[in-house]
Amino acid sequence: MDNTTVIAVASIVTAGFTISIGCIAPALGEGKAVATALSSMAQQPDAAPTITRTLFVGLAMIESLAIYCFVVSMILIFANPFWNHFLTQATTK
Amino acid sequence: MRLSADELIFWQHGFLKLNGTIVFTWALMFVLVGGSMLLTRKLSSKPQPSRWQSLLEIIVTAIEQQIGDVGLPQPKKYLPFLGTLFLFVATASLFTVIPGYEPPTGSLSTTAALALCVFVAVPLFGIEGQGFSGYLKSYLEPTVIMLPFNVISEISRTLALAVRLFGNMMSGAMIISILLTITPFIFPVVMTALGLLTGMVQAYIFTVLAAVYIAAATSSRERKERASTQPSSITPERIYG
Repeated sequence: MDNTTVIAVASIVTAGFTISIGCIAPALGEGKAVATALSSMAQQPDAAPTITRTLFVGLAMIESLAIYCFVVSMILIFANPFWNHFLTQATTK
Repeated sequence: MRLSADELIFWQHGFLKLNGTIVFTWALMFVLVGGSMLLTRKLSSKPQPSRWQSLLEIIVTAIEQQIGDVGLPQPKKYLPFLGTLFLFVATASLFTVIPGYEPPTGSLSTTAALALCVFVAVPLFGIEGQGFSGYLKSYLEPTVIMLPFNVISEISRTLALAVRLFGNMMSGAMIISILLTITPFIFPVVMTALGLLTGMVQAYIFTVLAAVYIAAATSSRERKERASTQPSSITPERIYG
C-alpha cells in the first residue's frame, strides 16, 4: 500500500468512527433535555415560553458537539490536508 | 462535490476571485438594504398601516421582544446589531428556495465573520454597560483562579458560534445534493423544507446566544435594578416611540 491508500483508508474509517461515536453522547443529552422540558411544560404550561427558549439555547449548545464531529469527518473525507499534500507530491514527481 | 459556495467561482483575474459566497452575500445585502429602503420610505402612524409596514413592524417588535425576554434591559439599544444578525442568517437560509442559490452561511468564512462581530461587540457593550475596569473585573468573577477559564470560554464560544452555523447550513446543502443523486424527485423537496426549518432555528439560536453573551457581559447588578423599576412587558409607547 502506498501513502495515499493508507491515508484514504485511515481517513474514511476515522470519519465513520468520529460521526458514529460522537453522536451518541449528544443524542442522549438532547433526549434527556427534551424529556425533562416536556414533563416540566406539562406540569407548568404557563412557563412554556421560558422553558422553550432555554431549551433551544441548551439544545444548540449540546448539538454543537455533534456538529464538531460532523465537521471533522467532513474535513477528513472532502478536504483532507494530508491527502492533498501527498497528491500534490505524487503529481509533481 | 462542493463543500461550500466558496468553490463556485464566477470570475477570476489573477489574485482577485469572485466566488459564490461573495456574490450571494452581495445579493442578500442588496435585497435586504434595498427592500428595507423601499419599505421605510413612506412610513405612516395611521391606525391602519400598509401591509409591508405591518410586516416590518411584526418582525421588529418580535425581535425586540425576544431580546428583552433573554434578559437585556433595553432591547432598543441592541436591536440594530442583533436584528441585523438575525435577518441576515434567516434570509440566507430562506433564499434556498430559489434554484441555483447556495447559502453564504454554508461557508466557514461568512460564519466566522459573523461570530467575530459578536466577539468584538460583547466587550464593547460590556464596557459601555459597566465601565472598563468593571468589565475587566467580570473576568475574575467567582475567584481569580477562574481567569484563564473565562478567557478560554470567550474564545471557544466564538468558535462554537461559527462552526455551529457553518455545520448546520453546510450539512443541509450536502444532504440535499447527496439525495439528488440517490432519490432524485420527491425526497430532496422534503429535506429542503426541513432545511428551511433548521435555518430559521439556527438564525434564532445565533441571535439568542449573542444576546445571552451580551447580557452576561453587561452588569447583572444593574440589570436587576432596572428590571425592578421597569415593567418587562412591551407597552405601546415602546413599540411606536
